Amino acid sequence: MEATQLNAESTQRKHTISILLENKFGALNRVAGMFSAKGYNLESITVGPTEDPSVSRMTIVTRGDDAIIEQIIKQLNKLIDTLKVVDLTYDSYMERELALIKLGTTTENRPEIMQIVEIFQAKIIDISHRTVTVEATGSGQKVDAIVKMLKPFHIKEIARTGRVALKREFVGEV
Amino acid sequence: MTQHTTPQRLMTGAEIFVRSLIEENVEIVFGYPGGAVIGIYDALHDISDIKHILTRHEQGAVHAAEGYAKATGKPGIALVTSGPGATNTVTGIADAYLDSIPLIVFTGQVSLKLIGNDAFQEADIVGITRPITKHNYLVRDVNELASTIKEAFYVATTGRPGPVLVDLPKDVMASKTQFSYPQTVKMRSYQPHAEGHQKQLTKAIELIAKAKRPVLYVGGGTILSNASEELKKFAHKTCIPVTTTLHGLGSFPENDELSLGMLGMHGTWYSNTAVHYSDLLIAVGARFDDRVTGNTETFAPEAKKIHIDIDPSNISKNVKVDVPIVGDVKKILQQLLPSVTTLETKDWLQTIKNWKEEHPLRYKNGKYIRMQHVIRKISEITNGNAVIVSDVGQHQMWTAQFFKYILPRTHLTSGGLGTMGFSLPAAMGAAFGRKDLPVVSLSGDGGIQMNIQELATIREHNVPVKIIILNNGYLGMVRQWQQLFWRKRYSHVEMSSPDFVKLADAYDIPGFRATLTNEVDDVLEKVFSTTGPVLAEFRVVKEDNVYPMIPAGQSYNEIMDVPEKELEGLENESTEELELMTVTKG
Ligand SMILES: Cc1ncc(C[n+]2csc(CCOP(=O)(O)OP(=O)(O)O)c2C)c(N)n1
Ligand SMILES: [Mg+2]
Repeated sequence: MEATQLNAESTQRKHTISILLENKFGALNRVAGMFSAKGYNLESITVGPTEDPSVSRMTIVTRGDDAIIEQIIKQLNKLIDTLKVVDLTYDSYMERELALIKLGTTTENRPEIMQIVEIFQAKIIDISHRTVTVEATGSGQKVDAIVKMLKPFHIKEIARTGRVALKREFVGEV
Repeated sequence: MTQHTTPQRLMTGAEIFVRSLIEENVEIVFGYPGGAVIGIYDALHDISDIKHILTRHEQGAVHAAEGYAKATGKPGIALVTSGPGATNTVTGIADAYLDSIPLIVFTGQVSLKLIGNDAFQEADIVGITRPITKHNYLVRDVNELASTIKEAFYVATTGRPGPVLVDLPKDVMASKTQFSYPQTVKMRSYQPHAEGHQKQLTKAIELIAKAKRPVLYVGGGTILSNASEELKKFAHKTCIPVTTTLHGLGSFPENDELSLGMLGMHGTWYSNTAVHYSDLLIAVGARFDDRVTGNTETFAPEAKKIHIDIDPSNISKNVKVDVPIVGDVKKILQQLLPSVTTLETKDWLQTIKNWKEEHPLRYKNGKYIRMQHVIRKISEITNGNAVIVSDVGQHQMWTAQFFKYILPRTHLTSGGLGTMGFSLPAAMGAAFGRKDLPVVSLSGDGGIQMNIQELATIREHNVPVKIIILNNGYLGMVRQWQQLFWRKRYSHVEMSSPDFVKLADAYDIPGFRATLTNEVDDVLEKVFSTTGPVLAEFRVVKEDNVYPMIPAGQSYNEIMDVPEKELEGLENESTEELELMTVTKG
């Protein structure tokens, strides 16, 4: 592979950014609106309460080169309701996504599906004569992988969450 | 973390609103009533501590508040009704956002229970203005009203200033609670920091000490932070020449030898040249805007760059800098001053002096009036002691070039958004705040008609604004671009106008007109000897162009100085009568 191409690719990378915000009316809008107003990429955005009811945590997955990510972080900090912004990408962090995957099944392929579910430590949470619904949690990569493995079966519907993430406290090998 | 004053009797939201403004020492509100704010207007009725100015359009109210804020340094206040009243403020709010003007805009809103119902005169103004305000609020509970107003003033006026909108539902303003105005405000999520980081200051001092061809590139942040005195000391101590942006005009006196005037697209030839050849560029409260840099790749190519700015998101946004210093310009200059020394810039200053002699700002005066001439004359008459409020277009650039600014807060213009129609209402607002200096509004024949309704407000309050209309019969700046870059295909830029002198008469404002150069002095004499509002129309040559010019997005190498051809005379001009006029900054 050519070096220049490699460089061009390495400058654009995926970032997971965790934001603590005042839990106020319209906070999600402010963040999402800033991304669209500035034309930044937004792959996923999740928001939910934290241990402190006055604070929300938002987790954003975005993509960009260093200069863009620097601007995104500055613009997030500039929002008046922002308490803290951390780019987890360079830290060791835990991330989880969740997917509900509804598959059209036949009696023949059901065992194979169950096998895949087991390997991925996923769960079957609903079953009918013609469908099973799988709940898969894990890193984005793991969820991508199980979706890929289930593709050959008849996927009727998928609902996927965005990413949630927290920094790891454990230091050393994980 | 707030202390409260002693509680009193129950008050309505409307009364609390008015009392809160008094607590904030608001002396003037520009506004326009309507159904959703009728209760607030009722509460204002008996208040003598606050002057309310009824503008003739809500856009006028916001621009007036901007003009007041820019000229005084205090926040500007506008009050309008819901729906159309609120949406009419949008342009002014966007303008204030891009130019970092502290404003608090209060909008009426339908009652809480009607929000979302497409109620009469409902508009989601908080949603609409989210990307063009520094912050905005919808007050949902009368108990939060006073603290929200306190916070709104705090956010608008601290850090990088900007407009804040507070939306006031009608029922919230009618409900009652005890009034106690918080004395302090502390927000855990918003703590602007003023002082520069010591490590960065040290690096900056080292770079400055090594510079041979330094230039200070000064923007509006210097005026916002009231740092003109510090800037003068800094420039004089170090012997570094100073160029300013459009918004920086007035931060450094243009009759000082170290002044280079304005830089950028229509900056002086010598300021752009100095920046191009500089080895150190110190950006002070400026943001490397595209109208300044042109092509960022080739902007000040040899210079190390120091960037002082209160807004971290301005750092390395457009141009990579070597030493960023985040903080308040005044504080940082104070921190730097003791450690900088006099630089050996004699040769550099001599080189710049030669450039100034070779490439002054210039035009040729003939029988027909040129805008440059009118502006130069106003500069001479006032000696820089005036608040100059320009609109947007060719006249705006010539106003930046041919007036010599010597004082901060005396050059007001819409720089970021470039809002035609800014000048007249903004000048009115400035005149309410500044009684110490004459206030001059300069507009083109296009822009003046965008907020001309404010002549009525000016008349009603006898506001002493000197209204100058520079009438070239064109949307001149667009015509210039069509001439230079669109093969002279003049598409919808020629324009007829009313008889402005008759119009002034209809508003009961004295009006004068000059059509020939030899009438200019006489008309200006009348303008400056009139005490109340006065209007003068100057019919100027139609197809004149602003130079120097670096076309949009281009490099310094593409700079066009005044072409000799144009100096030889414009249409209908007999060349013998021409007289070369030059102006040099510094
Ligand atoms: C509200 C608004 N509409 C359009 C423009 C685009 N524009 C920029 S300069 C200009 C021409 C202004 O003409 P005039 O007011 O006569 O001033 P002149 O350039 O002739 O001095 C126009 C249309 C603008 N800046 N603002
Ligand atoms: Mg015009």
